[in-house]
Amino acid sequence: MRYLPLTPEDRAEMLGVIGVDSIDALFVDVPGVARRTDPVDLPFHAGELEVEREMAALAKRNRSAGEGPFFCGAGAYRHHVPATVDHIIQRSEFLTSYTPYQPEIAQGTLQVLFEFQTQVAALTGMEVANASLYDGSTAAAEAVMMATRVTRRNKAVMSGGVHPHYVETVETLAHAAGVATAHLPAAIDAEDAVIAAIDADTACVVVQTPNVFGTVTDVSKIAAAAQAAGALLIVVTTEVVSLGLLKSPGEMGADIVVAEGQSIGNGLNFGGPYVGLFACKEKYIRQAPGRLCGETVDADGRRGFVLTLSTREQHIRRDKATSNICTNSGLCALAFSIHMSLLGEVGLRQLAAINHEKARALGDALAAVPGVEILTPRFFNEFAIRVPGKAAELVETLAGQGIIAGVPFSRLDATAGLDDVLLVAATETTLDIDITFFAKVLAKVIAQ
Amino acid sequence: MSMNTVGRPTRPESAANDTAHATLTGARGLLQDEALIFELGGWDKTGVDLPEASAPSDALDGLLRTAPIGLPGLSEPETVRHYVRLSQKNHAIDLALYPLGSCTMKHNPRLNEKMARLPGFSDIHPLQPQSTVQGALQLMDRLAHWLKTLTGMPAVALTPKAGAHGEMCGMLAIRSAHEAAGQGHRKTVLAPTSAHGTNPATAAFVGYTVVEIAQTADGRVDMADLESKLGDHVAAIMVTNPNTCGLFERDIVEIARLTHAAGAYFYCDGANFNAIVGRVRPGDLGVDAMHINLHKTFSTPHGGGGPGAGPVVLSEALAPFAPTPWLVHGEDGFALVEHAGEAGAETAFGRMSAFHGQMGMYTRAYAYMLSHGADGLRQVAEDAVLNANYLKARLSGAMSPAFPEGPCMHEALFDDSWLEGTGVTTLDFAKAMIDEGFHPMTMYFPLVVHGAMLIEPTETESKQELDRFVAALLALAEAAKAGDVERFKGAPFHAPLRRLDETQAARKPRLKWKPVAAAPLAAE
Repeated sequence: MRYLPLTPEDRAEMLGVIGVDSIDALFVDVPGVARRTDPVDLPFHAGELEVEREMAALAKRNRSAGEGPFFCGAGAYRHHVPATVDHIIQRSEFLTSYTPYQPEIAQGTLQVLFEFQTQVAALTGMEVANASLYDGSTAAAEAVMMATRVTRRNKAVMSGGVHPHYVETVETLAHAAGVATAHLPAAIDAEDAVIAAIDADTACVVVQTPNVFGTVTDVSKIAAAAQAAGALLIVVTTEVVSLGLLKSPGEMGADIVVAEGQSIGNGLNFGGPYVGLFACKEKYIRQAPGRLCGETVDADGRRGFVLTLSTREQHIRRDKATSNICTNSGLCALAFSIHMSLLGEVGLRQLAAINHEKARALGDALAAVPGVEILTPRFFNEFAIRVPGKAAELVETLAGQGIIAGVPFSRLDATAGLDDVLLVAATETTLDIDITFFAKVLAKVIAQ
Repeated sequence: MSMNTVGRPTRPESAANDTAHATLTGARGLLQDEALIFELGGWDKTGVDLPEASAPSDALDGLLRTAPIGLPGLSEPETVRHYVRLSQKNHAIDLALYPLGSCTMKHNPRLNEKMARLPGFSDIHPLQPQSTVQGALQLMDRLAHWLKTLTGMPAVALTPKAGAHGEMCGMLAIRSAHEAAGQGHRKTVLAPTSAHGTNPATAAFVGYTVVEIAQTADGRVDMADLESKLGDHVAAIMVTNPNTCGLFERDIVEIARLTHAAGAYFYCDGANFNAIVGRVRPGDLGVDAMHINLHKTFSTPHGGGGPGAGPVVLSEALAPFAPTPWLVHGEDGFALVEHAGEAGAETAFGRMSAFHGQMGMYTRAYAYMLSHGADGLRQVAEDAVLNANYLKARLSGAMSPAFPEGPCMHEALFDDSWLEGTGVTTLDFAKAMIDEGFHPMTMYFPLVVHGAMLIEPTETESKQELDRFVAALLALAEAAKAGDVERFKGAPFHAPLRRLDETQAARKPRLKWKPVAAAPLAAE
């Protein structure tokens, strides 16, 4: 077996050093009922070539985004990732190292995390950021829990523009922890409606911009209303490229910002692994979840970085920890950071402008299709359209014609009564010819 | 060299700069000092070539950024150099043994990386039509089959994103099962003092109170104490097996029986599954839920702290409460039931995250499983246990094993009694290991062993590498006992940096780079 270096001679010699006559003697503490003498009922080992064949056969049964016209967004976006990013994250020293618990021999990872935190803080317009969480949705759940600790209140109000899967993720954890949630009905352009739902028990309001329908909102008023009532404003962003063009949540008064960072540096990967961005006001940092990297000096006075404020964390505080998180999304954070370094401010702004331009072109093309209505009043790179009939059926029909047309809202929330709503996105990877083709086929399908 | 009370030299004086051989630039050989991107990059520089775009839509008036963001850019060569230089300051499993107990730092096969990057896996969207991702769903189904077969459990929830996330998933299933059975009053979770910190943190996070179970002198659950603490108020026990002392819980079947008799569930922390994979099925031990760290047992890379994946196998009693999405075999192939309460997932407790979990880890883990097969995985467990016992045997003459009697499983645990009187602590010893070219073992964990040193070699180390490691540790042990304290107190001397001031970092947190240079921190 190619991954196992011990030879039969090694094994025999080592058993001799240990002073036992067989490997079974080392498993003597296993109760008799659970001792298996035979291998389990699964295939035996395979060579690299055979494994490649089997994996390739499975991969071939999927229609990848790059194969043709593709318009899915709704929390995961297809962007071009520079070759440099994937090359560097496969370097042994980044790929095969552990959490940097020994800072003297992990300065590579630690400096990257420090740079990542600085980039995320700048991008979101917040004072501080952590070293990443699993993804945007779990970051949202952590943010709500944090708000209950900061305010010592027990209720979260969520707008009808928050991604329904994020809402479910938050509710799953919140309800287990005894935190009440008030989720407003799905609405394309009504983030402000959360203001009326704030009461004396409200720990936080959660809004999203651009929201799940693509609508961009200035949340300043919501921030003021929440804070006046002693609650925190949590702003969710699922498309971080938008922050190259749009006002940051920090500028608009957010207390906590959570975002899905996948768009920068990370592929679609069928939903994971992604990278949760988490940023907040500095005064709340000791209630924040996840790892934090901080600057310090070594014994010779040289600048260095360490994981810090770990008295918040599970390995020190156990049942009093701010979160149970241990493993985070380090390598995806590295990918994010490399891509962001390549882009720089100039590149990010350009990338965002191109995304917006492509989406407008898509909007113009679809608006011209009889029977289609653009529902999103202000959008960045995705928007909602109303189609005749059920969007889910339309998407299947179009898939049969080689077009991945977008995400039917019913896939996210089947109970909202929005079965005729389709979410479509465009990015810098979208070809003009694909937009034209999509509009043409859509018109034909609708006319049938 | 003079030292302060925490073992730091009181003045700068190290192998790097205390001799006539100090360099003029501060660099040491090929090891470069590397500035931060904020000190290197340009505010108007970029490493990408993008076309110009038109001005944004008027609809966004008032919503656009006006002020600079503060993100520097680098050209491609500068970017590559920056990160490659940084990478050289890291230790990695590809460089040498990485004996972190409880972390299973094994070789990460490169085939897995290649497979995960096939566009059919890496370039598919979680919400594109299910008819267009049948291969991905089939892979998830096969992975599930392997995990269920290896554990002897009837169901698995794939989506948790890491071990602790898996714990949360298992505990939420347990909570839902109790509530469905009118047992919602059970609010206590029992866990041994030796448990991973994530166990009590998870239990508390989902609303339970944690009560500790004592441990016996031979490193196992104290059955009398467990029995006395079980009762109608207990929702579950959380026990790691093999446990965090690297020992198999001999009474595990009895632990499960007592737990079930008290109406509680048995959550097993599967972080140490590598020791038993292919040889012992947790289902045969009476486990109700157990997470499997794909980034440990199934070799997906740790990546400097993540991403991981923590699928949870579930018993018949808990399976109905598994979170969505559920993978089902429909008439037209595989399908996902995505929302709790929908037909087919009526009793699901909710959702762990936005999409379907860590597909990128599923592909890697599945490629690893296919490579090893049932026979190879069994050999994995045997070699992991053999390597650990070999280290224990070779080191026991010089160091004090915490539990000398009987074999250990995949990790060898030592206490610090053998360092008594030397003036050297576990921390000092670990830092001196760095100078000898090895990553330290897990230190001061589990908490039940004084000055604990938990060594997990894994099965992917050759005998030669183990012998090299043993020789280094024996030489260090001899130096410690011979009174060569300076070698330890100031260590490491040969790492990219000397010991870092963690106290100062926590007292005055600097969590990001700031444009106006703050006064440099001084060594204290």
